[in-house]
Amino acid sequence: MPHRSTLSPDTAKLRKIIPAGDYWIDTVAKNRRLRIVDVEGNQSADTLFFAASDPADRYSAVDTIRAQGNIYLSTGSKLLTTSGNVLAQIVADTVGRHDTLGGACAAESNTVRYALDKRTMHSCRDSYVLAVTANERFGLSKRDLTHNINFFMNVPVTADGGLRFADGLSGPGQYVELKAAMDIIVLISNCPQLNNPCNAYNPTPLEILVWDSDVP
Amino acid sequence: MNFSFEGGKHWSWVLGAGTLLRLTDLDGGANVGMLFYNPANLLERYNAPDTLKCQHTFKLTRGHCLYSDMGRIFCSITEDSVGWHDTVCGTTNREQVAQRWGEKSYQTHRNDWTQNGFDAFLVEGGKYGLGKRDLAANVNWFSKAAAAEDGTLQFDPTSARAGGYVELRFEMDALVLLHTCPHPLNSAREYPRHPVHAQLSKSDPVSADDFCRNSRPENGRGFANTEHYRQCAQHPAGEC
Repeated sequence: MPHRSTLSPDTAKLRKIIPAGDYWIDTVAKNRRLRIVDVEGNQSADTLFFAASDPADRYSAVDTIRAQGNIYLSTGSKLLTTSGNVLAQIVADTVGRHDTLGGACAAESNTVRYALDKRTMHSCRDSYVLAVTANERFGLSKRDLTHNINFFMNVPVTADGGLRFADGLSGPGQYVELKAAMDIIVLISNCPQLNNPCNAYNPTPLEILVWDSDVP
Repeated sequence: MNFSFEGGKHWSWVLGAGTLLRLTDLDGGANVGMLFYNPANLLERYNAPDTLKCQHTFKLTRGHCLYSDMGRIFCSITEDSVGWHDTVCGTTNREQVAQRWGEKSYQTHRNDWTQNGFDAFLVEGGKYGLGKRDLAANVNWFSKAAAAEDGTLQFDPTSARAGGYVELRFEMDALVLLHTCPHPLNSAREYPRHPVHAQLSKSDPVSADDFCRNSRPENGRGFANTEHYRQCAQHPAGEC
């Protein structure tokens, strides 16, 4: 369900724009708040989380949706690791529904989804691979790149087992906010997809904000 | 070649391209957790999100292809009497099994211990150098979990019937990890322990009018990627 945050951007300790086709990777300490803003609307924030103390224990889409008994993420959703530990909880969400089934785009899956000659187009998976190989201090590699969250994406599933990519429920300035339940590594790819009508073939910036745990 | 697996067990194979694997739910209520890797590059693994979004489906059934993260097809589903196989609910771990059915240790129960899917995958994957970081969202053959309009997940215990079968045709070489541990949404009172039969045989060559290849335009391109990879892999560098 939609739920607004009480935090003001003025008190954030970090504000950063992630241009489309770029990535952000960093640690967020326990109890800090992370907000992801869909600045211009209908953008996809392809996001992975890892336990900072043991990155092999990482976000698990299947454990998260099974534990909450629902395939969509929104306010109250606890993001679980493969071991069942809580990485973070969604504490505010102005959209109401986020996808964690569709995964990230990749050059290779683009050839299947759209056309074989799309193989050299930029993708979230390329951003992920660059993020983990260019930032070795996090101890991550392609092995760690799995089934992510697509914040702001709307992927409805039908009762008879169909799945489609629908027009986004999001819009300019909509956001989702998380509270870290442990020290976590956050990896966001701002989706560069040029083949999907969901973003009107126009990928746009995201903004992230981080607040200290003691900010009211 | 025939294999029988009791419920709550695990196994693995490297299956060559052109292999048929037919799984049969002997008594009804079976679940087979399964993961796939490319033996020549273990970083290439089954990708459930790509499998679902490439075919605009939430369930797996006849005509669907199981994609790797590299845009290639590990196997296609050539026969299916069940109609719905799950790939979004993951697998049980030790804590979940203990909470739902109580823990029966090997010390006290020998072969009737309550094995869990996560440990089963770790054991089979570990034989090939794989670890926790290599696991991914798995398939749960014979298990149906539908989503209501509001996204609520519902496990259907009536879907897996005695004699149900599914047949996979391998389009490229694959390391296959499997277990027969319960589906994580199964709410049966007793730990579900249902036997599965597996039969391995050779498939005919894939024809141009093959049902799986033509079930969606995406799969035609997936087959093209896979055939290109096989051709290149079988030739010395430079001939492809």
